[in-house]
Amino acid sequence: MPREHAVHDEHDEHHSLPQLRHHFETEEQQREAGSFGMWLFLLTEIMFFGGMFMAYLLYRNWYYPAFAAASNQLNVPLGAINTAILITSGFFMALGVWAAEVRKKSTLVLMLVLTAVFGLAFLGVKSDEYYEKYEKHHIPGNSFNISEFVNPPINAKTGKPTEEPLMPDMAQKTQVFFFLYFAMTGMHAFHMIIGLFLLVWLIWRAQRGDFTSGYVAPIENFGLYWHFVDIVWLFLFPLLYLINRHPFK
Amino acid sequence: MSATTIVSLPDQATAQMPKRSYLNNEHGLLSWLLTADHKRIGMLYLLSITFFFFIGGAFAGLIRLELLTPQPDLVASDTYNKFFTMHGIVMIFLFLVPSVPATLGNFLLPIMIGAKDLAFPKINLLSWYLYMAGGIFTLASLVLGGVDTGWTFTTPLSTHYLNTHVLTTATAIFIAGFSSIFTGLNFIVTIHRMRAPGMTWFRMPLFCWSQYAASLLMVLGTPVLAIAIVLLALERLFGIGVFDPAKGGDPLLFQHLFWFYSHPAVYIMILPGMGVISEVISTFTRKRVFGYTAVAFSSVAIALFGFFVWAHHMFIMGVSNYSALVFSLLTMLVAVPSAIKIFNWAFTMQKGSITFETPMLYAFGFIGLFTIGGLTGIFLGSLGMDVHLTETYFVVAHFHFVMVGGMLMAFLAGIHFWWPKLTGRMYPESLSKLAAVVTFIGFNLTFLPQFVVGYLGMPRRYHAYPAEYQVLNVLSTAGATILGVGYMLPILYLGWSLKYGAIAGNNPWQATGLEWQIQSPPLTENFLETPIITHEAYDYEWLEEKMKLEKQEVTHVG
Repeated sequence: MPREHAVHDEHDEHHSLPQLRHHFETEEQQREAGSFGMWLFLLTEIMFFGGMFMAYLLYRNWYYPAFAAASNQLNVPLGAINTAILITSGFFMALGVWAAEVRKKSTLVLMLVLTAVFGLAFLGVKSDEYYEKYEKHHIPGNSFNISEFVNPPINAKTGKPTEEPLMPDMAQKTQVFFFLYFAMTGMHAFHMIIGLFLLVWLIWRAQRGDFTSGYVAPIENFGLYWHFVDIVWLFLFPLLYLINRHPFK
Repeated sequence: MSATTIVSLPDQATAQMPKRSYLNNEHGLLSWLLTADHKRIGMLYLLSITFFFFIGGAFAGLIRLELLTPQPDLVASDTYNKFFTMHGIVMIFLFLVPSVPATLGNFLLPIMIGAKDLAFPKINLLSWYLYMAGGIFTLASLVLGGVDTGWTFTTPLSTHYLNTHVLTTATAIFIAGFSSIFTGLNFIVTIHRMRAPGMTWFRMPLFCWSQYAASLLMVLGTPVLAIAIVLLALERLFGIGVFDPAKGGDPLLFQHLFWFYSHPAVYIMILPGMGVISEVISTFTRKRVFGYTAVAFSSVAIALFGFFVWAHHMFIMGVSNYSALVFSLLTMLVAVPSAIKIFNWAFTMQKGSITFETPMLYAFGFIGLFTIGGLTGIFLGSLGMDVHLTETYFVVAHFHFVMVGGMLMAFLAGIHFWWPKLTGRMYPESLSKLAAVVTFIGFNLTFLPQFVVGYLGMPRRYHAYPAEYQVLNVLSTAGATILGVGYMLPILYLGWSLKYGAIAGNNPWQATGLEWQIQSPPLTENFLETPIITHEAYDYEWLEEKMKLEKQEVTHVG
């Protein structure tokens, strides 16, 4: 879009922020460039995760029984709780952006702290889930154990197995599921850890009052990043935990 | 524009070096290493990619030396594998991908659209550091003993069968990839948000359009390469089985992910070069580029089609026949926008007042060699021919015609064309014409025989071959030697010109671009005041009017 002929009335000059960089004509241009850049960066992130989603869809199609059985081993309550935690974290982030825009410093700091706390809680639950995988020998590698998939436990009431038993060949393919589970949730968690470090830095700057005098771009752009990480999880949760849920009666 | 406007060239004897410019605005090594000035970062890139070009070139020389004789006599076979791997990795990731965008693009793009800098100057500097980190990792793997996967990292060879420094090199490419992502991101945001008043999309020089198209590919393609490399590294480190058939994985998936980037990557390499050629041809024919809009959109079309042809690298790898047919057809489509460019350049020259300065010679070289490279690409894109020719020297010759004959020619055209703007000094004209001709002859002697030897069936990536191929291989090695001379010459005389070259003045070519309307070398802030654009790109009548108006004015500062 061609910009209008740069307008420099006195009003603008008077209020120009100290954060206006020399190579931008106006604050608006700087803010638009920043958020446009952030959206583009998120586009590259979509392509980055896209490779793993591609692998997931391919192998799910190939090894459907193994993926169903392995997916049933994931802890849905924990996953659901984590989803709620992450959405709450995203909610506080959104409130944080609002607080910066209406220039309420203490509210902004509080909201960013809450965002970080819920983010940490997510990672705590996630590590608990990882530990569960370790105990059940579901971590791919030499200790990976397929016996549970070949000989599922017998339900005491019905006397039937709780899951469809898999042939050993197919049962091996549950490892592919867990590779992808760890790769995808691990990459997601890695993005959250980076986000938490950024949050600490933003909180430190926010309590100095950097973002409550009209310069809200960093908070907005970080908000975009944080919501993007949320959205990745909102795809991971149903794909990994839900869509194969108990096809076997 | 129907009539051709001939603008008289200025008297260079009266030109003076401006007292203040981006080069002497600050002094000291740190002022360069911590600079946020897009022009200085462009120069940093120019130095570093030249360094890596000569490393990659040295490996090319060693490869040709080994192939001088049919016997495997110079080096052992696994050493030879390391040679062509390092040649490919260095040339592709450390030279061709960043060549024009990161040097000339960095320097010129903001000036061409009338901006003071790229949108994110610090990220621009960061991308140079990432590039250097990638380069250092590559050098580390080289010093530690090299890598022999080929630049394609084919699985399961790279994950299971080799004990060379695959991880170090993979890290290098991962890091260098982010350098390219950030450059692309910066360019796109800059073009969208930083254009000067009046600089509409269709008033931008075609150079900007081609940078824009290449940036789209960098931003959308490179992350896929990054994740493919991450998965490859995880597979090698922890034995995860995403690509390992023994564990249920699919090696073809790696090929899909890899070529989803690496095919568009060849357009990342060639599109910016095409942008250079548009500028050069317009300037030295003194005409507006014929079919400006078509040339602009053909860049975008190449970028778009480029994403839907990757599987033509995999015709013999067991993809389904039906998808192979579709990909073959889509591959043909890329030829359409490429041909649009070639024809439009030809029509630009028709009835133009052509002069044969060095950049123009390189541009002629580009058009000829790129046409051959592109047409042989159609051979390879057609399914039946590809099955016969794939993995032979025909493929090697094809992509060297596009990458070296095309892109390197364009890069050299651009470097010569904008050298006066970059440094404020002229290169020696006759010597550089000699270099252009030597390069052209050396190139053809190197790679034309490879079409023949490939068609006869000599496979690529072997260090020994049947004796009947020797004559053609000797020709090729002789050509490579001449080519090497052709590349050494510019280094020498461009270095010489930094101190002894004639003072260029603002606009030695009488070109219309905004970059030629400011002093050379430019000021750190590029423009004294934000320009307001009222004319189309390549408007030589506008330039003539402007020249008349400021006949005796001194336009530079100081």
